[in-house]
Amino acid sequence: MKLIYNGEDIQVDAHLSLQQIIVNKGAKPPFAVALNGQFVPAGLLPETQPENGDSIEVLSPIQGG
Amino acid sequence: METTQQDKLNIYGESFDSRLLIGSALYPSPQIMQDAIKSSGADIVTVSLRRQNSVAAGEDFWQLIKDTGLRVLPNTAGCHSVKEVVTLAQMCREVFQTDWIKLELIGDEYNLQPDPIGLLEATDILLKDGFKVLPYCTDDLVLCQRLADLGCEVLMPWGAPIGTGKGLINPYNLKTIRERLPEQTLIVDAGLGLPSHACQALELGYDAVLLNSAVAGAGDPVAMGSAFAHAVSAGRMSYKAQAMPEKDVAAPSTPTMGMPFWHQN
Repeated sequence: MKLIYNGEDIQVDAHLSLQQIIVNKGAKPPFAVALNGQFVPAGLLPETQPENGDSIEVLSPIQGG
Repeated sequence: METTQQDKLNIYGESFDSRLLIGSALYPSPQIMQDAIKSSGADIVTVSLRRQNSVAAGEDFWQLIKDTGLRVLPNTAGCHSVKEVVTLAQMCREVFQTDWIKLELIGDEYNLQPDPIGLLEATDILLKDGFKVLPYCTDDLVLCQRLADLGCEVLMPWGAPIGTGKGLINPYNLKTIRERLPEQTLIVDAGLGLPSHACQALELGYDAVLLNSAVAGAGDPVAMGSAFAHAVSAGRMSYKAQAMPEKDVAAPSTPTMGMPFWHQN
């Protein structure tokens, strides 16, 4: 299925969990995840199932003012 | 710059020695960032979140910040909607393991002015979700009162638009907010360029200042960090010492009694 991962179109196997998709993309901690603009706590990533067309954001620490 | 036990910065019940909060962005190098943060004497440093595939986001930067040993204040910089700031605040809470959030909700792209309407809505949502909200807001008295009514113990009105270095463009507004909200912790956030601007904010009775560009954008950020530390300390001491009343008419300081060359007509 087709997803948007940090603004980029990606293709993944259907039925993968959000956790598996993020691991497959090589995300390195620390990070937090949002699905379609909604925060998904780390503990819910294994049981969250994205659907075709969903948008995933994986964010990590950066400088801020 | 010693701080007495009775005169510490209070943020949601926690006490801090330094009245300068500093940003971690825009420094020429990671080493200069660390050195400038240290020279500023700040106890609190601001950070943010961005996509992991962006250039500088990740564990390396986070380790540098952790090495400073300072308290972290995450921000929601760049957000333009209530939904965005709420989601980003929740993500910050998980990554940075803090319920503090510097709430930034931009209402105008030209001067990066905070959106006062959305800010109230987002603040209400986040306070009810257990956050300790430090809202970045304009210097509007009624907005600040509404934020305080919602439960904000800390308010952060701007001195001037972000990154301009103009200083306090409306001291009257800031002074009025201080007078009308004597119990709130007030921090001037954004727009400062010179240590004298920070000193002025503290002299007005503000509890602290938050700045980034003024230090990071200086020719010598490490020296400027130290300059701001001194200015903040001087401003606080001045406020506590209660400045003389301003007058419109000159008054001689040298005694006039026994004035030479004086003749009674």
